[in-house]
Amino acid sequence: MAEPHQKIPQAGVATPELEARLQTIWETDSGLMGWIGTVDHKEIGIRYIVTAFAFLIAGGIEALIMRIQLAGPEQSVVTPEQYDQLFSMHGITMIFLYALPILSGFSNYLFPLLFGSRDMAFPRLNAFSYWVYLASGLFMYSSFLIGAAPNDGWFNYAPYSLKDFNPGPNMDFYALGMIFLGISTTVGAANFVVTFLRCRAPGMSINRIPIMVWGTTTISMGILLSVPAVSLAFFLLWMDRQFGTHFYETGGGGEPLLWQHLFWIFAHPWVYIIVLPAMGMASDVLPVFCRRPLVAYTLVVLGTISTMALGFGVWVHHMFTTGIPFLSMSFFSGASFIITIPSAIAVFAWVATIWTGRIVVSSAFLYFAAFIAMFVIGGVSGVMTASVPADLQLHDTYFVVAHIHYVLIGINLFGVLGGLHFWFPKMSGRMLGERLGRWTFWTIFIGFNLGFLPMHWTGLLGMPRRIYTYPQDIGWSAMNMVTTVGSFIFAVGFAMLLINVMVSLRRGAPAGANPWDAPTLEWAVSSPPPPYNFAVLPVIASRHPLWESRLDEGRGDSSLERGLLLDDGKEMLVTTPIDAQPDLIVKMPGDDPWPFLVTLAMTLGFAALLLHWWWVAAGAGLAILFGLLAWLWPRADLGQKREPGHA
Amino acid sequence: MRDAVPVAEAPLQIGSLAVGSVARRASGWWGMVTLVATEAVLFSYLLFSYFYLATQSDPGRYPAELPSFTLSAPSTAILIASSIAVWFAEKGAETGSRGRLVTGLLIGLALGTAFVGLQVKEWLDKPFTLSAHSYGSMYFTVTGFHLAHVVVGLVILAVLTVWSALGYFDRQRMAPVAIGALYWHFVDVVWLAVFFSLYITPHLR
Repeated sequence: MAEPHQKIPQAGVATPELEARLQTIWETDSGLMGWIGTVDHKEIGIRYIVTAFAFLIAGGIEALIMRIQLAGPEQSVVTPEQYDQLFSMHGITMIFLYALPILSGFSNYLFPLLFGSRDMAFPRLNAFSYWVYLASGLFMYSSFLIGAAPNDGWFNYAPYSLKDFNPGPNMDFYALGMIFLGISTTVGAANFVVTFLRCRAPGMSINRIPIMVWGTTTISMGILLSVPAVSLAFFLLWMDRQFGTHFYETGGGGEPLLWQHLFWIFAHPWVYIIVLPAMGMASDVLPVFCRRPLVAYTLVVLGTISTMALGFGVWVHHMFTTGIPFLSMSFFSGASFIITIPSAIAVFAWVATIWTGRIVVSSAFLYFAAFIAMFVIGGVSGVMTASVPADLQLHDTYFVVAHIHYVLIGINLFGVLGGLHFWFPKMSGRMLGERLGRWTFWTIFIGFNLGFLPMHWTGLLGMPRRIYTYPQDIGWSAMNMVTTVGSFIFAVGFAMLLINVMVSLRRGAPAGANPWDAPTLEWAVSSPPPPYNFAVLPVIASRHPLWESRLDEGRGDSSLERGLLLDDGKEMLVTTPIDAQPDLIVKMPGDDPWPFLVTLAMTLGFAALLLHWWWVAAGAGLAILFGLLAWLWPRADLGQKREPGHA
Repeated sequence: MRDAVPVAEAPLQIGSLAVGSVARRASGWWGMVTLVATEAVLFSYLLFSYFYLATQSDPGRYPAELPSFTLSAPSTAILIASSIAVWFAEKGAETGSRGRLVTGLLIGLALGTAFVGLQVKEWLDKPFTLSAHSYGSMYFTVTGFHLAHVVVGLVILAVLTVWSALGYFDRQRMAPVAIGALYWHFVDVVWLAVFFSLYITPHLR
């Protein structure tokens, strides 16, 4: 019997006619409908990056205001309440609205290009994930408009966050906003996991996948397993505040420590979630500037995965001072020491790569070299706090603030800036100015270290975090002034970076397809890539398809010039999870307004919950249901329902 | 079905491939697996919270009366039966029988609705409220989370019934049925965990 839904895909080479045909099929429509309906992963990735940088600037301004307040003793630039809102929103912004979304942006842009594919597994879900991220970020930031931003720090401990102690809407903005943002994070992670498993070029078996992809996929699994804890924690908090339940509220048998458990079960994995993809960037970019493959690829992949897995077993080290049992402290302290081993594997692999390579110094290389140094400093201060006796002394002091900033700026922001210098030519088609880039790097590097290194000392001197001012004669004034000066130098460096980006977008030197002579597939297509990415789908035979002539590491040669055409409508090849053998051909959706419209309905729903407009919330729920039905209604052109011709 | 040749030997002579959404090889099915994974973890954290509060708080705060099986045992049986009905529907779709598909979905829908009815009855019969004490908060929240998932599952079954009746599916094109059924089975398995935690473990003390 002839199978009705089968076909033999044709192979060929790229011709102008094929490229023109694919352009028509894959191009986003112009105009407003195209703008809200686009499902192009490159467009969505760039939107993620731009939005995350905007939140980074907002969080940075909040930090600068705090540094002005703390520059000298007994100042009153802001009130204590304003200060509480500033440090809370600074943490929320940097950790939730910048650190992961920026990495999602890079991964969204790069996944299909690194995979030799044309899009993500779920293009509409991808658009939805971005819109919900934007909407939930604006939702949380709208609290500033009524002067009621979250004010209990980013980890928001009960009972301070409960209604008795915090009667305004501040906490409700945070609780509902985080549940809302969790939807974006979760669907984004699901998309990365399924794309990883199914959308790779034929032949790109799991031992040929770039490390950045391993990082993002690993953390996406981590997100699926950890985000429910924080969404639940915030939901229970909201119930305690609005409906008089007793989850954290001790009067009726609740336990404030339940909040700490649920929060840190999520938030400790989260700190690995927001660094592992950036570590992957280091593993992929350093070899390009060392002119050799990464040392110990397999160990680095295994280290990435085991860091994430162990990251789920260390959450109680945030709670050593809460009076938990000795056995529990010993276990979690031991686990926190062990987790340094897989992290250190990556560090040694990078050092060995640099050591044995022929280094080409560029701005991107400098950022990643600094990344290693900052990671070591942040890692060592982390090991110190993993020790229970040291932690009892250092807990809630500026030492911990120094540690978290070395980790998050050192191995998130430095990686992101290195990645920006590296992939900016691919995204824009123009090189980022190298001379200004070097000046920017040194300004940021010096400003950052001047700002944050002294914080270790202020912490050891006993300065608690989150105080809005301090007395004159306690000996903290000089250190705080140095920190403030450093933070402003850091900010100047960031302004230089923005100027460099603006100028280079207009006047940068044209990049060409592969300006760095890099080995991976994104450099096989033009800069910026066409909407369909690859005119013919490449077949991969090694880990470094563009370095094969030099390395001789594959069984055969990758085929980049000749490949499958798949030009009968919007089509993509699906391959098997391990070996990446061709499995089936899927039909991809075009521009679609429903992700945007469903996001609008959800925003209305969350706003109604905040304002207790229960009937409006119910109406929004119906609108979401209607929108999802329209989105998911089976379509013959996507191969989801019976074609009229077939019985 | 899959007669593709290993790639390294003959890169571009790929045999005939299936096109479009094919049951458990559809992207949507994989997407549903990730949703089920994250939702299963959500319920694990809920039950963690339940046991945490149960072990940490004063036992005197808990209702003297242990949870009863009068309604919960029949509810459990009904939910298991609904999974069997939905499985029957899936088999119908796989063999191209629209009658079996629609019948199975309708029976699943009816049994699921009966479960919701029994659950609401049980809620109304409880002598305490959501805000009475931490047990009340936990009881209504855990069962409420599950009930919400059942309601979503019923909406999915209802929509699938309509699509099936409209003749959208045949043997090749039935991915939405497989995806919706996976969700329904998940909702039923979660109930077994909830039932064990909230109804059986208190009797083991």
